[in-house]
Amino acid sequence: MSTQNRGTVKVENGRYRVSGNFHYAFPNDPIRDENGKLLGITNPADMTHIHAYGGEAPFFENLSNAKLLGTKCANPKCETYGSVYIPYRIHCPDCLMRNEEVDLTDLARKGASVHTFMITERTGAFNTLEKPIRFVNVEFEGVSTILMGYLSVGEPSIGMKVVPIFQTKNPTFTIMDLSWVPAGTSADELPEGFSL
Amino acid sequence: MIKFSKQQLKIPQMSKPVYLVTGGMSKFDRAIPEKRTEELVIDAFLEAAEFIKKSPEELKEYIHSCYYGHFADHFGDQLLGEAVIHDRLGLDPLGNVGIKTGGATGGSTIWEAYKAVASGYSDTALAMGWERMDEVPTDEGNHYIASAADKDWETPLGHIYTGYYAVMAQKYWQVFGKEEESFRRTLAEIAVKNKGYARMNPHAQSPMNITVEDVLNSPTVAHPLRALDCCLMSVGASCVILADEKTAYEMTDNPLLLYTSAGSHTLRVADRRDMDIPLLPNESPDQYKDLGLRFPGGDRYPGFTGFLAARMAAYYAYGMAGIVDPTEDLDLVELHDAFTISDIQTYEDIGIRPYGEGRTYVESGDCYHTNPFTGQPGKLPANLSGGLIGCMHAVGATGIMQVIEVAQHIWGRWSEMHADEAKWKRFNREKPDDWTDLQVKGAKRGMAISHAGVGSHVTATVLVHPDHQLKGRG
Ligand SMILES: [Zn+2]
Repeated sequence: MSTQNRGTVKVENGRYRVSGNFHYAFPNDPIRDENGKLLGITNPADMTHIHAYGGEAPFFENLSNAKLLGTKCANPKCETYGSVYIPYRIHCPDCLMRNEEVDLTDLARKGASVHTFMITERTGAFNTLEKPIRFVNVEFEGVSTILMGYLSVGEPSIGMKVVPIFQTKNPTFTIMDLSWVPAGTSADELPEGFSL
Repeated sequence: MIKFSKQQLKIPQMSKPVYLVTGGMSKFDRAIPEKRTEELVIDAFLEAAEFIKKSPEELKEYIHSCYYGHFADHFGDQLLGEAVIHDRLGLDPLGNVGIKTGGATGGSTIWEAYKAVASGYSDTALAMGWERMDEVPTDEGNHYIASAADKDWETPLGHIYTGYYAVMAQKYWQVFGKEEESFRRTLAEIAVKNKGYARMNPHAQSPMNITVEDVLNSPTVAHPLRALDCCLMSVGASCVILADEKTAYEMTDNPLLLYTSAGSHTLRVADRRDMDIPLLPNESPDQYKDLGLRFPGGDRYPGFTGFLAARMAAYYAYGMAGIVDPTEDLDLVELHDAFTISDIQTYEDIGIRPYGEGRTYVESGDCYHTNPFTGQPGKLPANLSGGLIGCMHAVGATGIMQVIEVAQHIWGRWSEMHADEAKWKRFNREKPDDWTDLQVKGAKRGMAISHAGVGSHVTATVLVHPDHQLKGRG
């Protein structure tokens, strides 16, 4: 049973146009105990979902342009007017007006530090990051939220200054296109496909 | 929101009191290949009926609506599984609804049943929860659980939920634990305690007689958390029956008053904005003014170290039941020990200890059945069931199991339900030679905390013996 011709999707006139295979059928196998008694069956499943980024699409698109976008509440009547958000929030959580996009790339290059971190050898199924993974939760001066990411060079510590790097070559258009390295890391130390 | 209106801080006022009549649970295990989920649900229901000396038919005659807690449809690979369960329990055509709030599903299921009875919609309601986490291998299970993190912003980073907790553990350890080895050992003590109590529980999946060294030497899952710091993945079911006063006393002569409340916070810890600490009745406005001085880096609330959802659930529940100081007013608790670190965080969120001082609940011996330093009864024993680390985390069933365990102490029937040789045998488990009676003597009031995600949903369920109600309840 092969999984060739995996499905791809385009949008035309506001509708999904799909081509290729979005699922592959495999036969079941019986599950038996040591005496040969039937207890159940395996249910193989291989499916591809179609997922809309919606209003967050600019964030994921721009990682590949080496840009880190956040948003801010631009409603002067809002109690938390001017609050800056990264993760990118489409609407202000207080007034629910549409937030304004802000480019945080420079701020991230100058004023980002590790709020907390962790290192893991264990991952769940479908992980594609190299192990061990070093999670860093990054705080920015003047931003009310803390962004989760992963460190690609060096060992993390709380308070460490970090700068963003971006997968500009062969981007995946996911959060994995954004990674972090200690401030002062040179371009030739970066993983394949990433740039400062 | 980071500020609250008067309306939002209202202590819930129910139209009538609600009582816990009975509860029951199945065996819990990592895999139960010989039983369908429906069979486990029936096991739980039969135990609940037997507990009040009723036949299943007699118990069913009272039930008017049903609340089903089952978190992960993708684990069970069966959408609308509630309809299957409802049919197999023979409860059609009564109304039923499925409830899912991650790890708090069990608590939320009780919350829904509670409101149904309190409002007068039903005189008696069934809250049943279950989970089937053995349909995929562990790494796929970890991926599924990690799907309860943000799918675009978090899940792709490792597909491992423990990692999303480990960053909190790291922050807490450095700020409030001051990176002390002694703090890491205190975390390990929680696992030693809960695995040890699980040895006295025939339902429990992971009884272990271990030491702090065993925990510290267990494989690292996500530094600083190790395998023995983490909760289980489980299969099993549990249920409770709630009723109004008149019906409760028809069904049994000893029902318990029940109050359930809920709080929430963002799915991503990332989105939690800095705010003032909302205070519980046993705290004063000044007490946290110097928190950042005493614990450098500890002044960002809730940051990565507090669970605002737990604090809000406790705030509402304490108002409803009249609790001022949980350590004084309660006799035991069952907490959501998903990880040893989140257990400590929760002590502070629910006011057992002030923020920054959670470790002292363990280090004082207060959290034990018998205080290891004094040999006297622990002031507020926690997780005598074994909790999520020792007993189980069959997600939809967990919060309900906790409430049953607390209730059995208040009913004075904990030993009866845990010592029974026939039950140990039926579950194919060996009762330890040093089996110890963990009944909390004279227990009158207790609480169970049910918790989801990295604190996205939390419920608090307080049980009170009707002869021992507190003054000042809402
Ligand atoms: Zn706003």
